[in-house]
Amino acid sequence: MEAIWSWFEWLYEAHGVNLSIFYDSLDRDRFFFGLLTTIRLSLICIVASVVIGVVGAWLQTSRFKWTSRLVQGYIQFFRNTPPLVQLYFFFFAIGGVLPKVPDASGHMVPPIGNFTWAAISLSFFAGAFNVEIFRAGIEAVPKSTSEAAEALGYTRLQSYIYIILPLAFRVCLPSLNNNLVNLVKTTTLAYVIAVPELLYVSSQIWSDQFNVREMMNVLLFTYVGLVAVLVFMMHRWEKTLKIPGYGR
Amino acid sequence: MSGARKHRSVGGTGNLAVLKPFSLHNAAPSAWRLQPGHGYMLFAALVLFVLVGEVQAAPARPSIIATMWKWTPFLLQGFAFNILISFVSIIIGTMAGAALGLGQISVSRPIRAVSWTVTQFFRNAPWLVLLFYCIFLIPFEFELFGVTIPFPAWIKAVIGLSLPVMANFSEIVRGAVQSIPDGQWEAAESLAYTRRQTLWLIVLPQCIKRMLPPWMNLYAVLTMATPLVSIVGVGEGMTTTGEILAAENRSDLLIPFYMYLLCLFFIYCYPIARWTISLERKFAVKI
Repeated sequence: MEAIWSWFEWLYEAHGVNLSIFYDSLDRDRFFFGLLTTIRLSLICIVASVVIGVVGAWLQTSRFKWTSRLVQGYIQFFRNTPPLVQLYFFFFAIGGVLPKVPDASGHMVPPIGNFTWAAISLSFFAGAFNVEIFRAGIEAVPKSTSEAAEALGYTRLQSYIYIILPLAFRVCLPSLNNNLVNLVKTTTLAYVIAVPELLYVSSQIWSDQFNVREMMNVLLFTYVGLVAVLVFMMHRWEKTLKIPGYGR
Repeated sequence: MSGARKHRSVGGTGNLAVLKPFSLHNAAPSAWRLQPGHGYMLFAALVLFVLVGEVQAAPARPSIIATMWKWTPFLLQGFAFNILISFVSIIIGTMAGAALGLGQISVSRPIRAVSWTVTQFFRNAPWLVLLFYCIFLIPFEFELFGVTIPFPAWIKAVIGLSLPVMANFSEIVRGAVQSIPDGQWEAAESLAYTRRQTLWLIVLPQCIKRMLPPWMNLYAVLTMATPLVSIVGVGEGMTTTGEILAAENRSDLLIPFYMYLLCLFFIYCYPIARWTISLERKFAVKI
């Protein structure tokens, strides 16, 4: 391992390519922590936004007019406004008026931290798209299927969970895949509220080391790599869940 | 209205218990025109947030509505800059993306490979990272034939936004050309059209219609990405809002002003989204 690190040190001395994230242990730890934070934020948002999507799509099939109208309002608002302004709105506007609470050492701190606000805001943003995607998936399930479930004595919720959702989920996986890739890319926005994710720690590193060019390229390749891993896993999952007789 | 809401059934499978085609926009209302309901909803949201602020406001201060009215011209000026950036970026991005997209369907293998790689790379990189990339790595001035051409930050930001637009549009072009049936190419060939003639005179004119809805969608996404340039220090609507809030220095204004900006974007982007859906439906291939 040491040999690899020292090779990067040699690379800097011989060719001026300053990849301090490899040979400098402080930068290495910072970068690794940023990578972990980005992955953690992405995973939390993926799970939360899928839950929002499933619940929202369920509410949209409700018999009450106002439930589906409310969900529709939520979708349209979050889809047609910039995610950055949404994040500012959550963090500065709503976070700003919430009363402060004392922490363990008695300091008055905001009740919700910046990481949590980023997770909430991005989940709502991606969730709005997920509701649409799941709704389209549910619509692809023919009515006769849910009627058959009803004939077998399933309640509306039961037939949604056991019959419709498993089918709808498989149909909408490709679209969901797209949206989740977008979500991972949108986690960079957490930079603006100082969440120590990949972009934020990289900006700290390039301020210290003046290696903007190297860090920029590292960043681009890291994100393309992260997205590639997600796409690979989603494709594997898609294959496992494939309905026999559909698609090639 | 009720007719448009009905599902299109495919072939003879209308009533069989098989899955129907997946379509994202089937259940949305058919006409793109805004209904009064949308206005009421938006107005109710704004009033609600202003009231929340009004309750918190100290009595001696000017009311929130008066303050919002006072700053409206300034805020609109900032928002106009967002729209300007989105216009310039979509123009640059579309032209570069069209070239890249045509490269993706080129007969030459190296051109195809390079175009594909470039497209995938810029499509999968986050917008904000690309923006940082352009801001930091493009020099602030160019020396060309002894003339110094200044390159201010906002031009670099526009280029940074154009890159992902280019990559996304490249995919739109490729998808549209590939969606044209092979029969069109073969028919043109039998009429002695060259490949270039077929592409320009027969295939691309048919593609325009198919590319329009996703292109408009891309424009809406771009417009919603324009506030990102405020992070790299280019002034626009988000910066203006920050300046107003700093000038007023009142915590009760936070929610109304951010909501105001969100509503401005909503008013601009929502009609585009509805129009896109209606065009999509109009141009959809009826099976």
